[in-house]
Amino acid sequence: MRKVAVVGVGNSKFGIRNDVNVSEITFEAVKPSLEDAGVTAKDVQFVALGSVGAGAWYEELLPAVIVGEYCGLTKAGLMRVEAACASGSAAFFSAYSAVASGHADIAMALGVEKMREIDTPTAMEWIGRAGYYFWEFHNFGLTFPAYYALYANAHMAKYGTTEEDLALVAVKNHKYAAMNPVAQLRSKVTVDDVLSSMVIASPLKLYDCSPMTDGAAAVIVASEEKAKELKVDTPIWVAGIGYSSGTANLSKRTDFVGLEASVLASERAYKAAGITPSQVDFAEVHDCFTIAEIMAYEDLGFCGRGEGVKLLREGQTEIGGKIPINMDGGLKAKGHPIGATGCSMIYELTRQLREEAVEKGRQIPLKNYIGLAHNVGGTGHYCYVTILRR
Amino acid sequence: MSSSSMPVIKSKPITIIEEIPISKTLKFWEGLKEGKVYGTKCCKCGKLYFPPAADCPDCLCSEMQWIELSDEAEIETFTHVVVRPTSFCQSKPYTVAIGRLKEGVKVLAWLTGFKLSQIKIGIKVKLIAKTSQDGEPTYEFVPP
Repeated sequence: MRKVAVVGVGNSKFGIRNDVNVSEITFEAVKPSLEDAGVTAKDVQFVALGSVGAGAWYEELLPAVIVGEYCGLTKAGLMRVEAACASGSAAFFSAYSAVASGHADIAMALGVEKMREIDTPTAMEWIGRAGYYFWEFHNFGLTFPAYYALYANAHMAKYGTTEEDLALVAVKNHKYAAMNPVAQLRSKVTVDDVLSSMVIASPLKLYDCSPMTDGAAAVIVASEEKAKELKVDTPIWVAGIGYSSGTANLSKRTDFVGLEASVLASERAYKAAGITPSQVDFAEVHDCFTIAEIMAYEDLGFCGRGEGVKLLREGQTEIGGKIPINMDGGLKAKGHPIGATGCSMIYELTRQLREEAVEKGRQIPLKNYIGLAHNVGGTGHYCYVTILRR
Repeated sequence: MSSSSMPVIKSKPITIIEEIPISKTLKFWEGLKEGKVYGTKCCKCGKLYFPPAADCPDCLCSEMQWIELSDEAEIETFTHVVVRPTSFCQSKPYTVAIGRLKEGVKVLAWLTGFKLSQIKIGIKVKLIAKTSQDGEPTYEFVPP
């Protein structure tokens, strides 16, 4: 296995982007990633695209081909990968593997989603179906917020987590999204704003949920030799990747207070990187709903079981705390274009680790120069954990 | 359609209806019509499955026995779904729960017949077979 470096990243503006189609929004991420790496589209030998709603919430069924042509990537090895909301990380793993194995010297991971071309109930329908349609949606209409609400109620009953605690996640992530120019929800919110927002699936309210987002992100990886040849100033190394999965039926899970797939994926990633959770300087975690961020603290080993809310209440997951988390606003406020989220996490880790061009007030102080991205697909149906090191 | 101030072209509409095979789990769907909820048990290793499965991934055996499940369950978690997807927009808000049966398997289904304030993790409920509003066989949790 060869060493692999992240050498270029790009991220489109996230939001309701009905000014652009799927190709045009992807171009907004691809162009800066190529410029950042100092390569052309012709130099990219392999491309993996993470995207989920092809033919469902946007019109193209073969988006890899469509955006590949539009961005000048035709002739590269090409695939679309699906791991639900972790598709971007799965694409990154594919691009990483292509380079680590020696198949390619330069590869690209792309993620794109256009979620705002259809009405909201239909979007809820598609995402709800994306659990186990036959056994959990067809007769019972389980929606995505409802999946996580099942976990929230169990976590609250077992550990005394409160609705105010959940709200603190939203308050923190909106605060940092307000400083992030690519974020979708750039307004600050208060605990009262969250508590008084409409109930979606109890106990989760509107402001406990990530928005539906249009967005794209691109990451270029290269071998050590190629990174030297390109004279990359600050290569950011892939230190370790871990992955796992969970049952399709939620009824087959052991408990509802954490995601086993996150625990297993992170253990594998820490082992691959040769580090412990305490060596991680900062993390991007999968906060599709506020409860998901609290469970992630515990699943990733940043604290003990049931201690996630303590970290949060003490401000330990903000800048200046023990481990700053989601300092780009997270899925919750930066936005969650499902297939792009994993690549957008790598974009943020890379910029933070380079200590460059991160907007005032968002730069995280680094000690070990190690960042972690935790990307969950479904409700722990898939999980990828990626550790980067400068 | 989503409201947009930007110029757009609307895609051609399509209606999709998939015909999902149930020949291998037919007894389950017929059982519901007779008021019974079945699981399957592997004839080789004895593992019990709910939802019913025609094949056992543990020992790769495809000889399964139909077992009528007990109706006694305890609620492990629940949520009240207020914002509904398109195909449930005609329903009133509904409560979805996961209950653990005496036999150890868990079932996800609607929970009805309780006031929302009465629903707590750990309450005892009964699992029943019934016909949905659409006339389809289904199952749900109700007060014991």
